[in-house]
This record gives sequence, structure tokens and C-alpha cells, in this order.
Amino acid sequence: MSSHSITESSSRAKWIAGSLVILYALITMLPLVWIVMTGFKSPADAISYPPKVVYEPTLEGYVNLFTTRTRQTEDYLLANPPENWADEIVRQYDMVIVGPSKFGERFMNSVIIGFGSTFLSIFLGTLAAYAFSRFRIPFADDLLFFILSTRMMPPIAVAIPIFLMYRSLGLSDTHLGMILLYTAVNISLAVWLLKGFIDEIPREYEEAALIDGYTRFQAFYKVVLPQAATGIASTAIFCLIFAWNEYAFAVLLTSATAQTAPPFIPTIIGVGGLDWPAVAAGATIFLLPVMIFTIVLRKHLLRGITFGAVRK
Amino acid sequence: MAEVVLNGVSKAFGATKAVVDMDLTIPDGAFVVLLGPTGAGKTTTLRLIAGLEKSDSGTISIAGDAVDTLTPAQRDVAMVFQQYSLYPHMTVRENLAFPLRSPYLKTPEDEIARKVLNVAEVLHIPHKLDNKATELSGGEMQRVSIGRALVRDPAIYLMDEPLSSLDAKLRADLRVELKRIHAELAATLLYVTHDQIEAMTMATHVGVLDEGNLVQFGTPRDIYENPLTTYVAARLGQPRINLLPADLLESAPPPGALTMGLRPENIRHGAGREANVVRVEHLGDQTRLHLKVADHDVITLTDPHTDLSVGATIQIAPLNPLFFDAQGARIG
Repeated sequence: MSSHSITESSSRAKWIAGSLVILYALITMLPLVWIVMTGFKSPADAISYPPKVVYEPTLEGYVNLFTTRTRQTEDYLLANPPENWADEIVRQYDMVIVGPSKFGERFMNSVIIGFGSTFLSIFLGTLAAYAFSRFRIPFADDLLFFILSTRMMPPIAVAIPIFLMYRSLGLSDTHLGMILLYTAVNISLAVWLLKGFIDEIPREYEEAALIDGYTRFQAFYKVVLPQAATGIASTAIFCLIFAWNEYAFAVLLTSATAQTAPPFIPTIIGVGGLDWPAVAAGATIFLLPVMIFTIVLRKHLLRGITFGAVRK
Repeated sequence: MAEVVLNGVSKAFGATKAVVDMDLTIPDGAFVVLLGPTGAGKTTTLRLIAGLEKSDSGTISIAGDAVDTLTPAQRDVAMVFQQYSLYPHMTVRENLAFPLRSPYLKTPEDEIARKVLNVAEVLHIPHKLDNKATELSGGEMQRVSIGRALVRDPAIYLMDEPLSSLDAKLRADLRVELKRIHAELAATLLYVTHDQIEAMTMATHVGVLDEGNLVQFGTPRDIYENPLTTYVAARLGQPRINLLPADLLESAPPPGALTMGLRPENIRHGAGREANVVRVEHLGDQTRLHLKVADHDVITLTDPHTDLSVGATIQIAPLNPLFFDAQGARIG
């Protein structure tokens, strides 16, 4: 390409566009950076004013996040020397680690419920979207509208009926209950997004597979699914982000067994004063799965796998 | 390979009649070409035989057995589509092996490898076997697509304008290739096109479709020389047949004749009615003359090295004219 073709922007325009993107990224990433930084501060540094940008990093927040601690007498502390580096950190407050906190458990609940409901939404959504895309279904448009309409009301508006229903069904505070609930909310999004992606895949591929000796389901599995990978990946990311971050239902419907991380993280703050570094550490770890999931699927998001294979 | 018979097959999509009461016998080992403009029902006929569409009435049988209730896989047919020919997420090798790996054929892997290589050699693509389907040129894609049909040994090969999107040179090469494959495999083929050169060069039989009706079925030569209607006459021939008032060049047309069909090569020069030369097209191997006879356009062929130019006047007379009545049906 020559440097002065009509379609190519000049280097100055590129420079301006690039600067704007970087500036926007900095602004949006600032709170994220702040959270990550706070996770490595001491409680004193975390609340100092003016805020500290340069400080001595410590793992105190992470230790507090993952452990429960008790204050001990001087005699006890002298008689029992610190067992490891984490113990050593809490000794400066005359405390000892007595066991793990509930964070690990809550985090695993989030993983089970988040990924479980994402898998279920994608599984059901893909089958429904395929049916809507390919078969003549009576009242298909009305059904699709109904599916969408479940998303028109804010989910929390039906919180009380769901709460009562879950209590009598025994689904309150269970992993299954939360997976079903998040799936019910996400399925409309999944069906609509995936129908769009599957509509784009020409029927000829399946017809070719049918003639090549495969059944309808095998054609779907071997030909449609691989080509819908891009759409499935991006839909899965949307579903996971919703289920992962959901707070209101989690507060209302979960407590001892199935509580997820979002309602748990704020409770850390109540243990032994305003422990901002522990909260920030919890938020940082909480961000990781969605980030990793998105990075893993990014390849699918960016690669239009049908690109170029279709002769028009 | 097998005989395929359509018996009174009809198919409508809503109010549109795609195929109307069609009787068609594709003999074992024949290369049948279906000709007709867009919307004539050619593709629907293929899809009905393949089992991708269910007929509204009538029966289809392959090798003597009715197949109307069978799935496409059970019918043992191979089809080459006009478009969207390859599975984009697979390599060329996987594409070619796909039909052989189906639960219907369940071919052993060593036989798959042998057949795939064999077909790749026929189509001159062995060096492309491990490419992704998306990395091929249009011509290569279509060759692989034809190859995916050829790896099988089905009752019938169905081809839906497989060459229409290729450039002229590749088309000519693949025409020869398909004809050779037909001869070597003694395969039965049903081939849809609107390209008359494909029809004339490859077919053993030509069927002409008009709005879902099979209007004529015969050898290419028969269709060209003895068309039953003006519609069929106009389907074949390049340049097209001249359709003129019956009495324009002939003083005594048969009774009832309204139209005279005159192929460009069937016009004698040097005697008869006067005509003005309006345009001269030198094509190298032939020269086309566009003439005006009493307000009617006539196209004829002449010597490639003709000296005639625009404005000249020549005399023309018909040779073996075809006469049609007011409904367009042939008389005499």
C-alpha cells in the first residue's frame, strides 16, 4: 500500500486516534489499577491522605483475605514462634492465624455457579437458536418475542416471588438453584445472540453433510457447531460476566452453603476494622477468572473462521 | 450407478409452483443436463432427488426402489453445490474424507487415504491436501467440492451449476475433466446449468424446463435441431435463433404458422430478400452480421474475413426453417 491512498488514513490521523485510545484506556483502567495497588498496601497506606502511589508492598491484604486470626497474649506469642511467613505478617498486630477464611469456599461457589450457568445457557441457547434458525416452528416470532420479554423487566423486580418459590422448592441457598436462576436470566440473551450467528451460517453446509451420509444431529455437531464457535465464545463471555458479577439475587437467595463471592467480599470489611487491602485483594482475585476466560476465548472472538471460505 | 425415475412429481412453495407433474427418466450411465432460466425448477428437481425437499405428490425411485420416505443419507446420492462448497473449518483432506467417514459409509482409514489421494490426483490438487479449505482459490475450492462427490460411488451424482462461478479457462478444463470422469466411471449424472456449451459438450441427454414443466427431453442434437416449441428453440444456440414472422422471408409458409425460427447458420446469402447490415462483429473464428429486414432484427454468420461493412445491403434466404403456431408449438 502506498502511503497516500484514499482509504488509508494519514499518519497524523492515526497518531490522534492512537492517543485517544490510550487516553481512554488509561481513564477506564485507573480504578482497576487502584484496586490492584491497594491489595498490596498496608492498612495505614491504604487510607493515607494524600493517597500513596509509591509505597512498600506487603501481602498483608492477601493473608487477611484467606485467613481468620485471633489476638493472643504476649506470653503465648513468645512461647510459640511464627510458623511461616504469613504468620510472621500477622504477628505485628499480636495475632496468630487460626485457620482459613471462607473466601476460598465462596470463590469456588462463584466458579461452580458462574461456569455452570454459562455452560447450561450456552447448551440450551445453542439448541434453541438452531431450531429457531432452521426449522419452521409455529408462532416462532411470538416465541422469540416471549423469550426476549423475560429480559425486559429488571430481574430483581421478581425477586420476592422467586424467593418464596425457591424456599418452598428447597432451592434456596443451593448451587443448583443459583445455576438455574442465572440460566433463566441469560437464556434469552443466548438464544437471540446465537440465532443471529447461526442465521449467518449457510444451510448448504448442513445439506452437504446430510447428503454426505450424516444425520441432522451429526451435521449440527460436526458442521454447524465448529462454525458457530465465534458466536458461542462471545455469547459465553457475556453470560459469564452476568452470572459472575450478579449481586442482588446472590444476597437474597444464598447464605451459608451457596454464597458467591460478590456478597461475601463486602463482609470482609467488618472483620477487625476497615480492612481495605483485604477487600482489594478479594476484588483482584475475583476479577481474574473472567479476565482469563476472555483472554482464552479471545482467539475465537477475533477470528472469523468462515471468512474467505464462502464464494459470493 | 443406477437409473433414477421421477413419476408425476410436483412441488410448490406457497403459491409458487417449482416443479409441476414431472416425469423424467435418467437412464443408468447417462449424463443428463437440465437447462432452463432461473426459477425454472432445475435446482428444486435436484433437491427433490437428493431428499433435501419433500415432494407434494408423485414418486421418485432410485435403482427401482421408491426413496420418497428416505433421508438424504439413505438415498446414496452425491451432490455438488453451486456455492458454499467446502466445510471451512476443515483441511482439504478432511473435506474429501468427510463423506467416507460418515456413519453411512464407515470406510476403513487406509481405504480413505487411498481414495482421497486418488481423487486429488484426478483433480490436480494433491499438493493442496493439507491446506485449510479457506486458503484455496475459487477454482481449487470447486474442484475439491467436485472431489468430495467423486470419492464416493453413489447411485447418482447431482451437480448444481458447479462451474458457474469459475473463470472461462478453468471451466473449459473442468468440462473436459467431468466428461472424462463420466466416461471412465460409467457414472450417472444429473447436471443443472444454464450454460448451453456445458449442455452441448457434456450431455448425453438434455431436459429443458419451463416454469416447473419438463418441455422437452432428448439428445442435445435433437433438442437443437428439432425443438418442440419456440421456448426450447431459444434455449440453445449462440447467437440465439432468429424468431421472425412466418412470411417475412418465405412466400408460402405452412398453414397456421405464425413464427419462423431460423438459426443464424441456416441463412443463405446472395439470393432472396434484401437486408441492411447494421453491425459487424468480428469474433476471429467467425463474423456475426446484425441485419435489418423490414424493421425486424436478424443475426447471421458470415465468412471470418468478410469485407462487408455497416450500411451494405445483402440478400438473404432461409435454409431449413422451423415453423411455430400462435402458441409457440412446432408445426412442420
